[in-house]
Amino acid sequence: MSETRSVVVEREFAYPPEKVWRALTEGDLIAQWLMENDFQPVVGRRFEFRSTPMPQWNGVIGCEVLVMEPHQRLAYSWGALGLESVVAWTLTPTAGGTLVRMEHSGFGADQDAAFKGATYGWQKFIGGLESVLAALPERRER
Amino acid sequence: MPAAASSVFKALADPTRRAIFERLTREGELTVHVLTHDAGVSQPAVSKHLTVLKRARLVCDRRDGRETHYRAEPRALEPLVDWMSFYGVFWRDRFSRLEDVLERMEP
Repeated sequence: MSETRSVVVEREFAYPPEKVWRALTEGDLIAQWLMENDFQPVVGRRFEFRSTPMPQWNGVIGCEVLVMEPHQRLAYSWGALGLESVVAWTLTPTAGGTLVRMEHSGFGADQDAAFKGATYGWQKFIGGLESVLAALPERRER
Repeated sequence: MPAAASSVFKALADPTRRAIFERLTREGELTVHVLTHDAGVSQPAVSKHLTVLKRARLVCDRRDGRETHYRAEPRALEPLVDWMSFYGVFWRDRFSRLEDVLERMEP
């Protein structure tokens, strides 16, 4: 196996795990914060996230539900433009609500994938540069 | 890599620098004089912008007699299109949206 890396984002929300779980697993709620989708909460079920099409990319991310443990763990594969990765969510109850951890793993040193990203990313990155720049200092990854 | 990505972001966040870089990408090698002629800013200003672009490795230069020629180095954009840089920013943004959705949802 070649070495891969992950992006991890963690945040505590002031809501119980049951509520956060709904936002992560109900299609119309997912669409409000992530992307249009045909998600079904069934392990093995294939689904798609659909973002705005761009030159050389139809905006579709192909996924499959991998893990489904209500109110605790959810994972799906995430494939787009040569990137084969996994997005895993873990919910942990806290005194004040829920600690939500998202780990997006499977980033290799694979330059092919990076260049495929480049072909669609150029316009988007340059166009939205100011907002991307504003978000940068907060970035946490490993 | 994050350091390189942020210097590229900063270099291209300025519209004048972005215009200079995009022009070099389109037209190949150009001198400071030619760039100044159409940039609508003074030559020292253009030179300053080129220095920032050069530090971010977005352009490189070649001296030829009295003239310095600049050309774009699109490879320097790689940190921007690295998937991890992209998704690091992407998921933080989506977490904020998730919080808004949770706030609006019925209990």
